[in-house]
Amino acid sequence: MLQTKLTTLQSKQELTDLISKNEKVAVCCGRMGPMCIPVYGIFEVYEEKYPDIKFRNMDFDTPDADIIKKLPECRGFNGLPFTVYYRNGKVVKTTTSIQSAKQIKDIIEEVLS
Amino acid sequence: MDNKQFDLIIIGAGPAGLAAAIYTSRASLSTLVIDESMAGGQVKTTHQVANYPGFVDPIPGHELASNMRKQAERFETKFELAAEITDIQLVGPEKVVTIDNVSYTAKNIIIATGSSPRLLNVPGEVEYKGSGVSYCATCDGEFYKDKDVTVIGGGNSAMEESLLLLQLVKSLTVIHQFDELQAEKITANKVVNNAKTRILWSHEPREFIKDKDKMITLAENLKTKEIIRLGSDGIFIFAGMVPNTGLVKNTPLNLSEQCYIFTNENMETNLDGVYAAGDVRVKKYRQITTAIGDGTIAALNIIQKG
Repeated sequence: MLQTKLTTLQSKQELTDLISKNEKVAVCCGRMGPMCIPVYGIFEVYEEKYPDIKFRNMDFDTPDADIIKKLPECRGFNGLPFTVYYRNGKVVKTTTSIQSAKQIKDIIEEVLS
Repeated sequence: MDNKQFDLIIIGAGPAGLAAAIYTSRASLSTLVIDESMAGGQVKTTHQVANYPGFVDPIPGHELASNMRKQAERFETKFELAAEITDIQLVGPEKVVTIDNVSYTAKNIIIATGSSPRLLNVPGEVEYKGSGVSYCATCDGEFYKDKDVTVIGGGNSAMEESLLLLQLVKSLTVIHQFDELQAEKITANKVVNNAKTRILWSHEPREFIKDKDKMITLAENLKTKEIIRLGSDGIFIFAGMVPNTGLVKNTPLNLSEQCYIFTNENMETNLDGVYAAGDVRVKKYRQITTAIGDGTIAALNIIQKG
């Protein structure tokens, strides 16, 4: 069971609505595993640091997470968590497996600044 | 540039850093803990901790880490997490740590940055991380259900993770650089005696290549120098640990050949007011309990100095 302070997206529709109404969105799709925990934690810190970006969680095991798992940009991903960055409703960056705070910061500066 | 003054700065929010913070904050020293990631160090990514005294049943690592952080916060420890340190000054009466455009100063500093999994630094390792190369069986094992996997390493982590994988995969090939496994016998034997296991002794990976959905490992036989080509669906790497001392590499701090920090029994380094605690220092046993011992000793010395 995920324990994160991030708001959890419960359905595909919620994610669709979110990216249509917000310019910058970052979603972490994982479980409470060793590679996921640091990424969730960093997202929680960055949620305060970057108030213009909507940081969200999506439980990897929920059927609606197909909206992330079946993205062409996530094809071949075999490492949790999957993270997806959206800008103006479009996928602008995806990552698989653990990322450091610096890597996430660099991605934000690259695609969401 | 902003400047913020503390009595003590601790770099690293693992067990050593958090134990020190609990002691110094409780002794009314203003304490700042900085970490490039989240609080908890390696503990937060440990599935279950079964040998930490005081817990009859195993406790999830992230829960233990979270408890330690909350305990430190209860005594008013301040945290700067997911922070990128851009400069550090360890010489002189005032130690300075800079994060972005803010300088944090203190009379004393504890380096408790721990250690991280060693990268093999072979071509293909970083490129295929998460899409064929993994460092965590608990996390990614199920992507390889009924498939063939390769495990690099023969230490405790490699064998413990292999046991998890063996519950899922069709076959598991261990590539190990020596003629025997370094892991504890009780775990190693369970892996070796499993019918799904094959071991390539005295081999080292030289390159990982992706061929459609398959991962190819080019491994060198260290005795004959022959390069073999081993195909599988995924590669799990458990190749030991390295100290997180990149931050202090260009300071006058005394480091060992392997870049661990030398300390005396009070956790003091060669620089006045600079301490090291936990896995980052030169020592024999690296456990949560020993890290906490180090952090406690460093903290008590700083408290006593006043």
